[in-house]
Amino acid sequence: MPESLTRAIRWDTVVGTLLIVLLLSFGFVDGFGNALNLSFLIGNTLPIALIALPMTLLVVSGEIDLSVASTAGLSGAVMGRLWNAGLPIETIIPLCLLLGVVCGLLNGLLVTRLGLPSLAVTIGTLAAYRGVAQIVLGSDAVTDFPPRYLDFAAGRLGGTFVPRALVPFLVLLAIAVVVLHATPFGRSLFAIGAGEEAAWFAGIRVRRTKLLLFVATGLMSALTGVFWALHYASARYDNATGLELSVVAAVLLGGIDFDGGRGTLGGAIAGVFLLGALQNVMSLEDVSAQSQIVVTGVLLVLSVLGPRVARQIAVLRAQSSG
Amino acid sequence: MTHPPDTGPAPVLALKGVSKSFGAVRALRDVSLELLPGEVHALAGENGAGKSTLIKTLAGVHRPDAGQVLLDGEPVVFHGPGDARDAGIAVIYQEPTLFPDLSIAENIFMGRQPRRALGRIDHKATRAATAALMRRLGVGLDPDRPARGLSIADQQIVEIAKALSFDARVLIMDEPTAALTGSEVARLFGVVRTLREQGTAVLFISHRLEEIFRICQKVTTLRDGTRIASETLDKMTEDDLVRRMVGRELAELYPERRAQTGDVALGVRRLTREGVFTDVSFEVRRGEIVGLAGLVGAGRTEVARAVFGIDRWDAGEVEVAGRRLPKGAPSAAMAAGLALVPEDRRAQGLVMDLSIERNIGLTGLRTTARAGLMDRGAERSRSLDWAVRLQVKYARIADAVSTLSGGNQQKVVLAKWLATGPKVLIVDEPTRGIDVGTKAEVHRLLAELAADGVAVLMISSDLPEILGMADRVLVMHEGRISAEIPRADATEESVLAAATGRAAA
Repeated sequence: MPESLTRAIRWDTVVGTLLIVLLLSFGFVDGFGNALNLSFLIGNTLPIALIALPMTLLVVSGEIDLSVASTAGLSGAVMGRLWNAGLPIETIIPLCLLLGVVCGLLNGLLVTRLGLPSLAVTIGTLAAYRGVAQIVLGSDAVTDFPPRYLDFAAGRLGGTFVPRALVPFLVLLAIAVVVLHATPFGRSLFAIGAGEEAAWFAGIRVRRTKLLLFVATGLMSALTGVFWALHYASARYDNATGLELSVVAAVLLGGIDFDGGRGTLGGAIAGVFLLGALQNVMSLEDVSAQSQIVVTGVLLVLSVLGPRVARQIAVLRAQSSG
Repeated sequence: MTHPPDTGPAPVLALKGVSKSFGAVRALRDVSLELLPGEVHALAGENGAGKSTLIKTLAGVHRPDAGQVLLDGEPVVFHGPGDARDAGIAVIYQEPTLFPDLSIAENIFMGRQPRRALGRIDHKATRAATAALMRRLGVGLDPDRPARGLSIADQQIVEIAKALSFDARVLIMDEPTAALTGSEVARLFGVVRTLREQGTAVLFISHRLEEIFRICQKVTTLRDGTRIASETLDKMTEDDLVRRMVGRELAELYPERRAQTGDVALGVRRLTREGVFTDVSFEVRRGEIVGLAGLVGAGRTEVARAVFGIDRWDAGEVEVAGRRLPKGAPSAAMAAGLALVPEDRRAQGLVMDLSIERNIGLTGLRTTARAGLMDRGAERSRSLDWAVRLQVKYARIADAVSTLSGGNQQKVVLAKWLATGPKVLIVDEPTRGIDVGTKAEVHRLLAELAADGVAVLMISSDLPEILGMADRVLVMHEGRISAEIPRADATEESVLAAATGRAAA
């Protein structure tokens, strides 16, 4: 089948490109290979990777959430505000996660109960959640979180370059892989993404499933917001601004079909680290932040365009040989 | 080319020795066909016999590898559908493609509306031309009506009008009646007869044999890409035609059966969905096949959807094997032992991009899982088992269902539901658009299920199918059950009378 062929080629392409980028970077980019930089690379990529987990499931089921970065920002802002108000961090973090659940629930209810397109709904909440974040924290930056937490979010394992936060991420990744690829729930996501009506006719609870995914995405975004504030030791209302672009670009780059129904978590995570490595190399080479956004945007367009062009070529070939 | 006067009119359009291959598949081999003006010519054959390829060759979509297309006796080469249309060849497909928000007149003259000064569209002239076309077809459709909300039958008439507006001399109709009810078919045939009298050559494709005998004068039969025969229909019987199509004696289209009915398996009481159907009550017993007849739009499909939980109901109740179902919950209906083979197999019955294995597996996600994880071996063997039992023809179980023929797709839908071991099976148009061989297989399967004690509710617009299969016939008219007719009293007349609201219920 030409489609599964393009899929396989894309998966190989992403992993292959990732390897080439890494090898070239080790050889040619000053400072790329040293432990400190690799630690930075992974640490800076973790927020994208964390949100990419539920985002992959969401896109496979044919929906999308663009409010993730704003939810993360809001979660960080609330964290700062409550910390300033003197609440213990052990209370604040669960509250922030709960807030993420509420943000996701709101997105999910608007999509599943009112039948609105998720693209439109979450562009709206992208603006709204960020606005609330600014109201909550104003232009303050809260930096004096307990050292134990800061160390966990920014520290490394023993004497290695591996960030400590990578361990819980790997646990979450393993859970997500099992959920998407080895459970009836995951199987139903592919069915929903590839044929929502047929999935409903097969007894799959489509709306409940989607609502759950939006809630999970809100939860992970809020967790990422907490991680972000601790990792960079700074809770500001504009934390993680524009992160949704990186997450969506990485997920699509990793071969998740924007129309739903196709993709693997392995691919998505490869896409995440390819994008992370590129961004890291660009930073080392003093490429400006604005130019990096341009590159991310171009990658996003290419990753949507790629499979369509490949499909077109396959169709043309079939016609000319037919 | 000259024709002696005694051979009658010369063919408008003909194929001469046409062959066409796609890769290793030889879709047409040395096929010839002549379409005469004022003649309705049937094209018969099972799915995969090469009918679509032949139509597409005539319509300029495919170019033959060998052989010629002759227009008025002269060889022509169509470089695309536009060329064929300009040559006066129009194709009406099973599912019309109109712009729903435009009026009938705008649809017909899309892109070539009569103009006034400064290039403004002359709406008056467009309307008048449309009205003239409608008069020519002998139908009373208002040119200003938007296409949205037109029945499929009316949409097809609009497509025919559009073809006429291009001065079509050849009209190819690809299963135009598949989604029509009896009275709509009659009206469409009225239009076809009018066209025939006006000298149009018509090529007519249908899986319903009785329609071929009703409207056509000649028939060309294809089997495996080869022409078996071109002959006049007046000396043939349906059995003759079936034999030519399948190349063997076909078992009875409707199996012999004697119903052994048991307890009530499906009970529907006073079910109402406002504005859709009202006060619908009926029962289906174990071992029984109940036919649900009626015109398209009478509410049959809507009742089935509500019973299965796809749509919610406003009042009434549904019981499966004595268990009351909650409204709007297909998963609960499935758990109670209900299965629905829906009307639209491509959108509702199957996930077209997924494999045969995964499609059948979709109804067993929970039951084949172990400790919450998918058991791929169990899933595969369940899917394989049912695909083999229903004799689905496929290359690999991992192939996408979109690669299968319509009849085999329908078997996958049946496999997917039979694998759940249902107590009650609702089938909505189970044989629409599938070939006569597969149709007989589906009927035999339904009879076997009933014999095994499954309660079957069969919705069908194919009256012979209802009469041939059902132990009892329920008829719906405008959202209500208008009649319940026992097998002995069910005739085309009695069912049609109830379906059109003429009978006292």
